[in-house]
Amino acid sequence: MQDRIKYWKGIEELENTPGFAKNAHNEFPEFLPINEAKGDGESSGATAPRRDFLKLLGFGLAAATLASCEAPVRKAIPYLNKPVDVEPGVANWYASTYFNNGDFNSILVKSREGRPIKIEPNPSSSLTPMGTSSKAQASVLSLYDNNRLRTPLIKGKEAEWKKVDSEIRSALSRVSGKVAFVSSTVISPSTKQLINEFGAKTGNFEHVTYDANSASALIGANGGVVPGYDFSKANIIVSIGADFLGTWVAPIPFAKQYIQNRKVSSDNRNMSRHYQFETIMSLTGANADVRVPIKPSEELAVVKAIYNGLSGQGSSAPATVDKKAIDAVIKDLRANNGRALVVSGSNDPAVQTLITAINKSIGAEGTTIDTAAPYFVKQGNDAQMLRLIEEMNNGSVGAVFFYSANPVYDHPLAERVASGLKRVALKVSFADRVDETAALVDYVTPDNHYLESWNDYEPKRGFLSLAQPVISPIFMTRQMQDSLLTWSGNNTNFYEYLRNNWRKSASGDFNAFWEKAVHDGVLENGTSMLALSTGAASTMTAADAAGRASKAVAGGKIEAVVYEKVAIGTGSEANNPWLQEMADPISKATWDNYVAMSQSMAKEMDIVQGNVIKVTYANGKTLELPALIQPGQAAGTVGIAMGYGREVESMPTAKGRGANAFPIATVADNTILFAGGVQLEKTGSTVEIAQMQTHHTIMDRLVVQENTLANYKKNPKEVTEYIRIATHEGPAKPAAISLWDDYEYKNHHWGMVVDLNSCIGCGACTISCQAENNIPVVGKQEVLNRREMHWMRIDRYYSAVEHEAKDYQTMENPADNPSVIFQPMMCQHCNHAPCETVCPVAATMHSSEGINQMAYNRCVGTRYCANNCPYKVRRFNWFAYSNNDKFDFNMNNDLGKMVLNPDVTVRSRGVMEKCSFCVQRVQLGKLEAKRENRRPVDGEIVSACAQSCPTDAIIFGDMLDPESRISKTLAREKGERAFHVLEELNVQPNVTYLTKIRNLA
Amino acid sequence: MQHVSPIREPLVTGGKTYHDITEDVCRQVEAKPNARWAAALAVALVGLAIFLWSVYRTLWFGIGEWGLNKTVGWAWDITNFVWWVGIGHAGTLISAILLLFRQKWRTSINRAAEAMTIFAVICAAMFPVLHMGRPWLAYWVLPLPNTFGSLWVNFNSPLLWDVFAISTYFSVSLVFWYIGLIPDFATIRDRATGPIARRAYAFLSFGWTGSAKAWSRYETVSLILAGLATPLVLSVHTIVSMDFATSVIPGWHTTIFPPYFVAGAIFSGFAMVLTLMIITRKVFKLEDYITLEHVESMNKVIILTGSIVGVAYITEFFIAWYSGVEYEQYAFINRATGPYWWAYWAMMTCNVITPQLFWFRSIRRSLTATFIITIFVNIGMWFERFVIIVTSLHRDYLPSSWAMFSPTIVDIGVYVGTIGLFFTLFLLFAKFFPVVNMAEVKSILKSSSEVKHHPHGTMHGTDKDSHTNTHP
Repeated sequence: MQDRIKYWKGIEELENTPGFAKNAHNEFPEFLPINEAKGDGESSGATAPRRDFLKLLGFGLAAATLASCEAPVRKAIPYLNKPVDVEPGVANWYASTYFNNGDFNSILVKSREGRPIKIEPNPSSSLTPMGTSSKAQASVLSLYDNNRLRTPLIKGKEAEWKKVDSEIRSALSRVSGKVAFVSSTVISPSTKQLINEFGAKTGNFEHVTYDANSASALIGANGGVVPGYDFSKANIIVSIGADFLGTWVAPIPFAKQYIQNRKVSSDNRNMSRHYQFETIMSLTGANADVRVPIKPSEELAVVKAIYNGLSGQGSSAPATVDKKAIDAVIKDLRANNGRALVVSGSNDPAVQTLITAINKSIGAEGTTIDTAAPYFVKQGNDAQMLRLIEEMNNGSVGAVFFYSANPVYDHPLAERVASGLKRVALKVSFADRVDETAALVDYVTPDNHYLESWNDYEPKRGFLSLAQPVISPIFMTRQMQDSLLTWSGNNTNFYEYLRNNWRKSASGDFNAFWEKAVHDGVLENGTSMLALSTGAASTMTAADAAGRASKAVAGGKIEAVVYEKVAIGTGSEANNPWLQEMADPISKATWDNYVAMSQSMAKEMDIVQGNVIKVTYANGKTLELPALIQPGQAAGTVGIAMGYGREVESMPTAKGRGANAFPIATVADNTILFAGGVQLEKTGSTVEIAQMQTHHTIMDRLVVQENTLANYKKNPKEVTEYIRIATHEGPAKPAAISLWDDYEYKNHHWGMVVDLNSCIGCGACTISCQAENNIPVVGKQEVLNRREMHWMRIDRYYSAVEHEAKDYQTMENPADNPSVIFQPMMCQHCNHAPCETVCPVAATMHSSEGINQMAYNRCVGTRYCANNCPYKVRRFNWFAYSNNDKFDFNMNNDLGKMVLNPDVTVRSRGVMEKCSFCVQRVQLGKLEAKRENRRPVDGEIVSACAQSCPTDAIIFGDMLDPESRISKTLAREKGERAFHVLEELNVQPNVTYLTKIRNLA
Repeated sequence: MQHVSPIREPLVTGGKTYHDITEDVCRQVEAKPNARWAAALAVALVGLAIFLWSVYRTLWFGIGEWGLNKTVGWAWDITNFVWWVGIGHAGTLISAILLLFRQKWRTSINRAAEAMTIFAVICAAMFPVLHMGRPWLAYWVLPLPNTFGSLWVNFNSPLLWDVFAISTYFSVSLVFWYIGLIPDFATIRDRATGPIARRAYAFLSFGWTGSAKAWSRYETVSLILAGLATPLVLSVHTIVSMDFATSVIPGWHTTIFPPYFVAGAIFSGFAMVLTLMIITRKVFKLEDYITLEHVESMNKVIILTGSIVGVAYITEFFIAWYSGVEYEQYAFINRATGPYWWAYWAMMTCNVITPQLFWFRSIRRSLTATFIITIFVNIGMWFERFVIIVTSLHRDYLPSSWAMFSPTIVDIGVYVGTIGLFFTLFLLFAKFFPVVNMAEVKSILKSSSEVKHHPHGTMHGTDKDSHTNTHP
């Protein structure tokens, strides 16, 4: 054994002095204070007394326990090389464009740390400068959809792009028969040109355009385009089944125009009068001054009656239609030559031919219709698509490409499309997921999301808009245009192609021009780049149309209308949970479609809401849906929304929700009528419909106020009823009698004005709020449990049937054809807030700027504040809505969470939340101003709802700034239309409403 | 030896001696548990298990396990809370106010009534904690010095007043109850044979010696505590009522609430005491201590408080009409005729109509009828709170937010569970603690005048013959 080598720990050990030897075996020879604590001065070496030992033991145990409780470490890793333009915590804005199924929005995209998180309107656009649609708001969430394809597919199997490209190119080279490119409306000039070039290379090529909700007859009657309607110039608006504020053609630009001459003030007491003849209660019908329910089969007769009435042949409306209304329409149209507009949502060519003729006769062309600038947002040609389906079935099609088209789901002849596809050799879909059509094709070459793409758009002649990628593709997807370029052997990418195409319209230095165009997002100098073929134009004459009979609805005697919902649309974004959970503006239903029927029909058939109805339509096919009693629905008709009834695995959010209504549409004479005869039968089962509002009348309460234009013209000071409290000194304003001291606001006093006359009830604000404030989606069951989380809602009230005062039972029943009023409702930020006083832990309190604040991490969740809120705007986190498999929506996966706004806390289970007046935006605005050493400028700080409102119904601002819009509006409307909801409670809200004015006939 | 007054009916019947009292009361403490008690405990433990399961669901998954929604933020939780607090009131009233008024008949029932108070307040206190979204932070409602900066509780909030009211009430009641128990624990200690029992009761009796000084202090403390507890009888439910009365919700915002709630609390408390006492006297053979006189006196209190409550219900309607406030009027019409009409009429029937039967002496003195009516009152008072809370909330100001509430299985489980918890505690109390205050009962035995001693077996409080005055 080797001798042990001794190492000294120090010189002391070597010397081994007595002092050292004494302490050599004590780990803490002298420093421990425990010996001093004994106080006897006579330290007995290192032996700790029992008490100290216990103290140390206790401390050690506690320390060890606490240390083991430490929260898991989450690493935040800084950029090694910071990307240019990305400042952590600072948002970047990029101009882009959202376009889907006619819904066109020029937008700005807010990007934080490289993630697009919010869509806002692009104020540079003259078409959509103010607001966006709810679909545009929600589209940012579709980007982070976990079900998007991650790679291309070959026969359902994941594949490399290289392999896909080579296989498709070789298949294209030996294709026999026609090559068809099927798409919904393409308004991108460059894309359209590219498709044509691709077609030219393949030879026998056809670009077939169809729209799931087609306007084929409309464009047929107007030379292949949608006329350049301008509702802002019309004093009289007559719509026959056109939901132009919600879903028809280009609702956001139309809403902006529509509202321009419906905003009233004491200086301008004029507004347009709006007549609506329609079957379902649409968003547009709900806003009409005069609304007449008609059956789809009566549309032609009504249009004929107006046409004949105008041409002096005497009107002859169907007996079931209110003749007085038609006479009033004729009278008003005659009196407003050149200042009136008639539109129709019908897809019957005869109706549209007559509408065109009517518009000519009332001098609309050149005034309320800009003939030089038609809309391009609907180009679908029903006949062309129907022909293609036949060609596919008879085997003359060799290759077919589907681009933003899903006819196996959304075409009435979906089964024929599916059977036809079996006879096509090469089938390619650009769908972003395996949708119904993509499931039947050989190659799925997923397109980028629009926020990952370059593109250009021309929704209206002379109005160009650009899209730029705001994030690099998340998955291995490729833009459709790049795919086409690759397959046609072109080596440029689409960005270069786009730039080259735009060179044609550039003047001067192209780079500067391009930079500016991309920066602004729009180019509106009159340049037009989109070339349309006029093949879609119909040759029918007005006389011919007037002679035609209505396309009778075959089958049963009940007419079903297949309509589009504001949120779900044609179903292309049905997997978006924000849209699924958005309340329908009229029915307030979420998550499902249903059979909307009139009260009289429900009574007749002994149906109560939720009873499942078996709907038998053409050829004996059936679907089952619950009934929803819809006041205003025309008698003898039902309405069933399209876009539901998905069964594909790639749409888990939409899967199993409702039933597919597209097959109910009637295909006749090369056109598709979105109506069909049905038979209804009770099944005996019941399915609850998740509505966000279940009580529909106002119960004669002074919660929401309206008056007539006639009264307003007479005296604007008498249209609003103000509550006075009786005192011994006579009636007093509620605010004058107060136990409270008023707050003193020294710097800012934030407030909001909601103009009920401008609000059309579209609900875009609710989705904007959801996106801005990280509001969770809770699912159908929780909506049924009345626990939706939306911070902002649009209350919709129907007028009740005639009733005696205090007859509460009768008051609860809406009239058969009720007038409708919308009231956006969010936290009123009361200055004497009932919620603030009752919180035991002061988790909700008033800011020095008038905002009622929630301190989430102080909240213990007693819910007293919510109970004591007269407006019921507080929302409670009943469960954990993030990272919870029971709520498997975007907040339960890492991709979906990327949409979250980092400026807003994700609330935990058990805390209360509510509208914060977008306090994060207020803070940002103030900080920006402070950094630049100035006051915030009015308009710089805008809440999300106000920013996304397409009709500018919401004004947000500083009520202490006398120059702000809100201050001026309040000063102007004080004593006229401005009122507070529930003023008698003296809670003194910071939200003011303006009375709605109706221009009754 | 008991002496019976020629004029007054005796408070304790059966010709008991001091020793009889000790024997009768200590019997169930010292004897082996009987089968009926064990069976009852088993049922109560099932209830307790339901409680634990429901609490687990609530705490683990969240308040969403209950049937509440955006409009109805409180329902069964606060209904149960107020119900249990109300039940607790009888104990304090009997012990404190009746003590101050020298009502000697209370002595044989105050122990059980006070125990009931303690257990009811324990059950009640579960709800303010459980109904919180984040109950683990419940201590934030206490004005504790903290490290959260200058965060302090909100003294404007009635919920905070509740915290003080309930905690004060619980502490005073507990101390009052326990002080009363000490001499009796000492009695049991002195009689105990087993080592565990002796030690346990020795500990519980705090070294009671029974000296004159000790008795004097005992009396003084009892009086002081009674003085302290008396305002609590009024204040606790007054403050509980302010949870509603200070709000702005029609149906809640009512100045009549404080007296109305106090009357209701005494009403329900007496009903619950009677329900329990009728069972206890039977099971533990205490008919001689808890006599029909007790039952009748308490029934009189029930008819009084029940009528006060009835007048309050009608006054609310009058005020709703008289105020001219649209929302208030609707709230009350909706109570009586809206979707929850059945709850309203259940309340009216149970609380206002059935107690009126006590105007009849025969019903007042019938144990069966009393038992049934007290159950009705217990049900009615639960519905009263449900009506106030749910029917006011579910349709308040904006019709767009009107909603219905329906309970989930967890809602029901928590409620049934607290009943299980209550009976578990009560049965344990009945077995291990003296259910009648021996010391005080002995004091009223002694104060009887010199009258004929009745032999065992023929004594019945209602038996007129037993009052024949003859000298021994």
